[in-house]
Amino acid sequence: MSANLSAFLYLVAGVLFILSLRGLSSPASSRQGNLFGMIGMAIAVATTLANHPPADGLAWVLVIVGIAIGAAIGAVIARRVPMTSMPELVAAFHSLVGMAAVLVAAGAFYAPEAFDIGTPGNIHPQSLVEMSLGVAIGALTFTGSVIAFLKLSARMSGAPIILPFRHGINIALALALVFFIVRLVLTGGAFDFWMIVILALALGVLMIIPIGGADMPVVISMLNSYSGWAAAGIGFTLGNSALIITGALVGSSGAILSYIMCHAMNRSFISVILGGFGGETAAAGGGTGEQKPAKLGSADDAAFIMKNASKVIIVPGYGMAVAQAQHALREMADMLKKEGVEVKYAIHPVAGRMPGHMNVLLAEANVPYDEVFELEDINSEFAQADIAFVIGANDVTNPAAEEDKSSPIYGMPVLQVWKAGTVMFIKRSLASGYAGIDNPLFYRDNTMMLLGDAKKVTENIVKAM
Amino acid sequence: MEHAAQVVDPFIFRLSIFVLAVFVGYFVVWSVTPALHTPLMSVTNAISSVIVVGALLAGGVANVSSGSGWARAFGFVALIFACVNIFGGFLVTQRMLAMYKKKSK
Repeated sequence: MSANLSAFLYLVAGVLFILSLRGLSSPASSRQGNLFGMIGMAIAVATTLANHPPADGLAWVLVIVGIAIGAAIGAVIARRVPMTSMPELVAAFHSLVGMAAVLVAAGAFYAPEAFDIGTPGNIHPQSLVEMSLGVAIGALTFTGSVIAFLKLSARMSGAPIILPFRHGINIALALALVFFIVRLVLTGGAFDFWMIVILALALGVLMIIPIGGADMPVVISMLNSYSGWAAAGIGFTLGNSALIITGALVGSSGAILSYIMCHAMNRSFISVILGGFGGETAAAGGGTGEQKPAKLGSADDAAFIMKNASKVIIVPGYGMAVAQAQHALREMADMLKKEGVEVKYAIHPVAGRMPGHMNVLLAEANVPYDEVFELEDINSEFAQADIAFVIGANDVTNPAAEEDKSSPIYGMPVLQVWKAGTVMFIKRSLASGYAGIDNPLFYRDNTMMLLGDAKKVTENIVKAM
Repeated sequence: MEHAAQVVDPFIFRLSIFVLAVFVGYFVVWSVTPALHTPLMSVTNAISSVIVVGALLAGGVANVSSGSGWARAFGFVALIFACVNIFGGFLVTQRMLAMYKKKSK
């Protein structure tokens, strides 16, 4: 196959990847988009194998065995993973992209002739620059994503870990990284290459450990972006347009998602990166609420009131997903619809643990996507709703974000549930939410608290109907 | 020498592709509906594993020196990682997208 033809086919693959993202503009076209992505990937792999076939029998065996192992593991994971664990899965996948970038760069470093970038010990300086950037970002993505995975899957505490002089340590590491990148470009030494890897691995850990659990949606979006930039860096080394295009797409995608998440939490990107938010959870969570009276209701009361309502807006949060209450919730919504009640769902951008997570969880429970609305689209409707049914959400409904200037979440866009006739809260207790902030809504006159496990309470409401 | 100066370094071509693709990405991603942001992340994950082309090059290199032996080993591991991502990423995206249904009337 000629070099021109293969370059053209890589371009086709790149365009198919653009179309696969384009398909996600609506659920109807999304499945076709995903198919485009798969075709693009198949073209890229086939082109590489045709243009640079593995050198001998053993190499063919390695390639086929490698693909088979990866495919088997990937397929099993994709089939088994519960939708509540998507954030962990995505973080784990990011770490693999990061590590793959490091390994590919290492491969190119030890066998540069296979990549047309020079001979061992005598690689073009420009390729070394591209390679070292890809390696550094890849290694950082790897350890950063591993930490994010551990935090998201609760294998490690979500509390920020604040080292003394952490900013000083990070700056020193970053400077050392720059030093070894320069030295690698000048000398091409293997020692410098591996120092870059080690320093970037350490920097990845130190960057993510001070970031608290509440900021994880930003972190995984950010790591998504990094994994893209790492791929683009390697794409420059290989001179491969499919890889460059994809890296740029993924890089900007992650950056936009981080921006959306930051905006939804009213946090600046810099303050998220500097970390430490969410550390006051324990301090702020204790003690405050006890003296104030909250109106408690029963499942029977809730069922009665809702059946007689004309419009109910359901506000699901991560607590609903943890309790696996989404199916019971849909059953409740179905019964209400049978009674002639209008039911809608309102989703805050940070309702789940990653962008769009809550939408997936509702879709899994067979909630039609045209009943699910984003914050900007539904906020004006709460005033006309008889009932706002808040299940497992807290901070995203906190009026303090609009009313109390001293609140840590002041300025964050929230769902204005308090404008509805009655607000029903299904919660385990009156404790504060994920961000560690008390919600004054619990003690208002038009609020009814339904304390207990989200799934049990919802099932009891369904029975009472 | 005068003629050599006329040739544009391939790096500039790559940079052009990169810069334009960043802009394309910017506009395409803003048009993604927020309801599909999770599938967006999983599919970007899958497509960024096109880094598999590098793994195939490294894994299939001619075994002539100790350096190429190392390259094969690195390529082999990278190939497994990238394929976990490709298959896992596309399949889990497919599984998610299959769940998005319209109201049945």
